[in-house]
Amino acid sequence: MKRHLISTADLTREDALLILDTAEQMAQVSARSVKKLPTLRGRTIVNLFFEDSTRTRTSFEVAEKRLSADVINFSAKGSSVSKGESLKDTALTLQAMGADAVVIRHGASGAPKLLADSDWLHGSVVNAGDGTHEHPTQALLDAFTMRRHLNPGVGHDLAGRRVTIVGDVLHSRVARSNVHLLHTLGAEVTLVAPPTLMPFGVETWPCQTSYDLDAALNKADAVMMLRVQRERMNAAFFPTQREYTRRYGLDARRLALMPEHALVMHPGPMVRGMEIESDIADSARAVIVEQVANGVSVRMAVLYLLLGGSEPAITTSSSEETGK
Amino acid sequence: MSTTNHLIRNARILGGEPQDIRITEGVIAEIGANLEARDGEQEIAADGLIALPGLVDLHTHLREPGREDAETVLTGTKAAAKGGFTAVHAMANTFPVADTAGVVEQVWRLGRESGYCDVQPIGAVTVGLEGKQLAELGAMADSAAQVRVFSDDGKCVDDAVIMRRALEYVKAFGGVVAQHAQEPRLTEGAQMNEGVVSGELGLAGWPAVAEESIIARDVLLAAHVGSRLHVCHLSTAGSVEIIRWAKSKGWDVTAEVTPHHLLLTDELVRSYDAVYKVNPPLRTEADVLALREALADGTIDIVATDHAPHPAEDKQCEWAAAAMGMVGLETALSVVQSAMVDTGLMGWAEVAERMSAKPAAISGVPGHGRPVSVGEPANLVLFDDQYRGAVNPDSFATRSRNTPYRGMALPGRVVATFLRGEAKVLDGELV
Repeated sequence: MKRHLISTADLTREDALLILDTAEQMAQVSARSVKKLPTLRGRTIVNLFFEDSTRTRTSFEVAEKRLSADVINFSAKGSSVSKGESLKDTALTLQAMGADAVVIRHGASGAPKLLADSDWLHGSVVNAGDGTHEHPTQALLDAFTMRRHLNPGVGHDLAGRRVTIVGDVLHSRVARSNVHLLHTLGAEVTLVAPPTLMPFGVETWPCQTSYDLDAALNKADAVMMLRVQRERMNAAFFPTQREYTRRYGLDARRLALMPEHALVMHPGPMVRGMEIESDIADSARAVIVEQVANGVSVRMAVLYLLLGGSEPAITTSSSEETGK
Repeated sequence: MSTTNHLIRNARILGGEPQDIRITEGVIAEIGANLEARDGEQEIAADGLIALPGLVDLHTHLREPGREDAETVLTGTKAAAKGGFTAVHAMANTFPVADTAGVVEQVWRLGRESGYCDVQPIGAVTVGLEGKQLAELGAMADSAAQVRVFSDDGKCVDDAVIMRRALEYVKAFGGVVAQHAQEPRLTEGAQMNEGVVSGELGLAGWPAVAEESIIARDVLLAAHVGSRLHVCHLSTAGSVEIIRWAKSKGWDVTAEVTPHHLLLTDELVRSYDAVYKVNPPLRTEADVLALREALADGTIDIVATDHAPHPAEDKQCEWAAAAMGMVGLETALSVVQSAMVDTGLMGWAEVAERMSAKPAAISGVPGHGRPVSVGEPANLVLFDDQYRGAVNPDSFATRSRNTPYRGMALPGRVVATFLRGEAKVLDGELV
């Protein structure tokens, strides 16, 4: 396993499967009454959040605590660009305090890579979302959720499964991380967005693209809706919220176009009524809440593996049944 | 002060056969084989070295007044001399902006005091570089600094009417407007070239059309009002096509390219190392090749460094927060050798044309860009094109270290620079 997790493009198929398989073990811990492992006792993990994200930070925090790590939440919102302490000085401070790992969320694309490549700190760096670049643990939890439903089993990948990702791909770090990871795991990805919200050069990505959502639904095994911020229409990415919803929102009619088994996914936070109809978000087809639960298991696996876990996370004696 | 007279032995003028060059009282007095040394002459062994006219940079940021933490006129001109330059044109985006006779005269005076190379200030086109109201261009032209080149560089004169008026107005005193071509609305928040790499990295793109659309408008404006236009730092293949078309029409348009746009591509941004952040941004391989070809065939007239020093803290940070620009004076000639000479695209005579004669002609700076011949001012550089070594920023004279070439093996080294016969650099070190 590598020392940092910056981009899903850095993960080999073996790396990715090791994380997903380890996450399955971690999920068992979360199902117990005492949801705790001693594995990272004495290790210090800093959650360095330059952007508000209660969801992601809480998920990491729960994961860290379940591994018995010492957790420090370092909220540095607003101090990133041009005023206040620099990223470098923050990193030097954390290094001096002996951080074994830094989980960083930053509004600027590339900030986690900058930290990982610098000599400012020596611990592991985990990208918890950087600008419009990547959000690798989100992609891992998405893949974990898909595997459980579409090809369950330790060591299994997503070969041949079809995933349609819909929405503001241009500004989505979730989409970028998912395209890399799902491709590595053998899935076929189709990105759907209005042309204004497709990234430049997307034709070179390992996926298909379409401007027509209806046409991308009938063979999908999973449909992932991305959040679309209303402010985007002020920059002329689309005319109105109503038109966006009509052309790219997931409603009952479109749900009926999807195969029976196909999953409805959303990385959150959702804008109900914009990209997804409220009833569908709450329907049995949606695995959105499950994604959140799986996030904890996946983040436990990532931290465990990065911080030197070479043995199985759960020893045979404490494990009921791991391998299938 | 009295000038030391020099006798340069066996220098290859513009890469030709070795000859001796006698410099007397700041002027090239004699050129020939086996010249006899005279009393009081300092002999300089230049065996194998290329002799070029002193280089002239039309685009330098000296940062003084206002950002003396990044560069001063003194440190910037030392860097220039080490890079083989005998004249630099100081851009107007200082604090305060060089938009009055007072500021340009201050910069001009600081240049005279530094003594390492001549400093010709560039005046702002508009007050405060705001693009709204013409600065007092005539006052700057009439000042002791004798400003002839005007530019809002760093910002584009994007208002078509203001640009038209500026182009017309400077005709009264033989001026030229040097445009930083960047359509502002198309580049709001832009971080790097818009292309495959920006899409993958999730950095806001800076489309080529933002540069090309302004250049297209400006060449048409210049033609319409019969004025001279200079376009700063071309960076795209499309810009080259527009300039080529404008020249084919016989319009009075000149263009420059920076050394870094001749060598580096946006692939480097994958590191998120802000040392590669620059305006205009590094483009693609296809753009680099088009720029080289255009410089070789004369479509692009000159190389200009866009030397842009920044302190470490403005570069050792998140990409989006970092300042744009690279230092370039001390590596320019080596980069041009690497990109243009070693590739067989240009000889040393063309290098002298593009880095000395033509930039001097565009600005009209007196006494520079002259041929290496008898009776001309002894502004000379001796260059060792056989030298090979890694770029070491710790040896730079500039105050800043934001070079994209750190550790890179670049060919060639400036051995000596003479300004009106005075040695400013000898054996690669400042005198």
